[in-house]
Amino acid sequence: MNILFAFLIIAMLSLLLGLGLAFAAKKFAVEKDERAEEILAVLPGANCGACGFPGCSGYANALSAGTAENGLCPPGGAKVSALVASILGLDESSGGANEKMVAYVHCRGNNAITQRDFIYEGLEDCNAAYLLHQGDSSCKYGCLHLGSCIKVCPTDAISRDARGVVSVDPELCIGCLKCTLVCPTHVIKMIPYRGSHAIACNSTDKGAVVRKICSVGCIGCMICERKYPESGCQVTNFLATIDYNKEMTQIGEAAEACPTKCIVEAR
Amino acid sequence: MAYLAIFITYIFINNFILTQFLGLCPFIGVSKNSESAIGMGMAVTFVMGLASIITYLVYTFVLIPLNLGYLQTLSFILVIAALVQFVELIIQKNSPALYQALGIYLPLITTNCAVLGIAILNINEGYNLMQSFSAGIAGGLGFTLALVLMSNIRERMDLHPVPRVFKGVPIAFISGGLMALAFMAFDKALLMNLLG
Repeated sequence: MNILFAFLIIAMLSLLLGLGLAFAAKKFAVEKDERAEEILAVLPGANCGACGFPGCSGYANALSAGTAENGLCPPGGAKVSALVASILGLDESSGGANEKMVAYVHCRGNNAITQRDFIYEGLEDCNAAYLLHQGDSSCKYGCLHLGSCIKVCPTDAISRDARGVVSVDPELCIGCLKCTLVCPTHVIKMIPYRGSHAIACNSTDKGAVVRKICSVGCIGCMICERKYPESGCQVTNFLATIDYNKEMTQIGEAAEACPTKCIVEAR
Repeated sequence: MAYLAIFITYIFINNFILTQFLGLCPFIGVSKNSESAIGMGMAVTFVMGLASIITYLVYTFVLIPLNLGYLQTLSFILVIAALVQFVELIIQKNSPALYQALGIYLPLITTNCAVLGIAILNINEGYNLMQSFSAGIAGGLGFTLALVLMSNIRERMDLHPVPRVFKGVPIAFISGGLMALAFMAFDKALLMNLLG
C-alpha cells in the first residue's frame, strides 16, 4: 500500500513539474532561424573572429538575418561561401573570388644574428616589450621573438625554433588575421598560399644601417628588381616586396643572387 | 536576529564552496571572468532560494503527512531539475549573451550538490519556511561571493608569469585551497561574539 502511495506521489509531482515546464517553454520560447543553424553547421567552427563577428554562431546569425555579407570567412574560403550561398538562396558568386591567404613572418633574424640595444627581461609578451623603446632588437621592424602571435593562433600554426625564429605553417594557417593584429611591429603579413617565395625582411632602414645591425636583412640593393625583372620583386623604401599578381618566373634566380639571401622559399 | 545568524552562517562560516566543498564544478569552470561569475552566482542564488521554498513545501505538506520522508532525496532532485530547466528558459530568453557565457554549466546546476545540499540542510536543521528561504538565499550569496573572489583572482593571475605546469586549472585549485584556509577564520565563535 505504502509503495503505491510513493509511486503515485512521485508520478504526480513529476507530472506537475513537467506540465509547468511545458507551459514555460511555450511562454518563453525563443524564435530561432533554422537557416542560422544550417549555416553554423557548414562554417569551419574555429571561432577565430576573422569575419568580424563574435564567433561562428555570431556570423551565422548575422548571415541569416541578412545583416552580413557572404564571403567574410577566410578559413572557409570559396567552398564555404558557395555552401552558404546555396542555403540562403544567393548568387553563387556572392562570396567573391577569395584566394587562400596565409600569414608569413617577414623576418629571419634572431637574437644571435640581429644586434640588440639592451637585454629585455620582462613579461613574455611582444606588446609589453614593444612599449620599451620598441623592443630590445636594434631593428625596430622585425620579429621580437616573444611569441604573442603563438598565443593567439587558434590552430597552433605558429611555432618558434630553438634560435627564436618564428614561422607559420601554411598548411595549418586558416588566414584569420589574428596574429597580424596582435603583432606590434606588423612583421606578420598575409601572402597568397600559392606564393612560392617571400621576402624575409620588413626593415625600411637604409642598406648601410641594416647591414650594421643584421646580416639577413634586405639592404635595398635592387639586384632582384633590376637584374631579374620577371621575378616580381620591386624595391621601395629600401625594402623589396613581391607582387604575387605578376609572373614570377625568375624568382628562383633572384633568390640565388640576393646578397643577404633574404628572398626565401615560403615553404 | 535568527535570520542575521543564518545569513552570516551560510555566507561566511559554512560557505558552501570554501568550507563545505560543495559545488566545486562551477567554482572552477565559470570563474574565468567576473562577468559570467556574477551571472552564474545570481542564477544559483535564484535556484537555491526557490528550491528551498518548494522543497520545504513538498517535504512538510506532502511527504511528512503521507509518511514518505524517505523519498526526500528523490523528490528534491526532481524539483531542482525542473527549476533549473525553468531558469535556463528564462536566461535564454532574456540574456542570450549570459546563456552563451554559462554554456554547459547552466544545465549542470541541476547536479550542483550545493542546491541539493541546502534543501537537505534545511530539513535537518528544522528550519521553518522563512528560515529555509533565507538559508537558500544566503547559501547562494556565499556561493556568489566565492565565485566572484575567485574570478577576480584568476583574471589577475592571467597577467602574471605562472609556471607552465601550473597554468590554468591547477593554479586555480591552489588559490581556491588558500582561500578556503582564509575562510577558516570565520567560525561559530565569531558568530557568538557578534550576536552575543
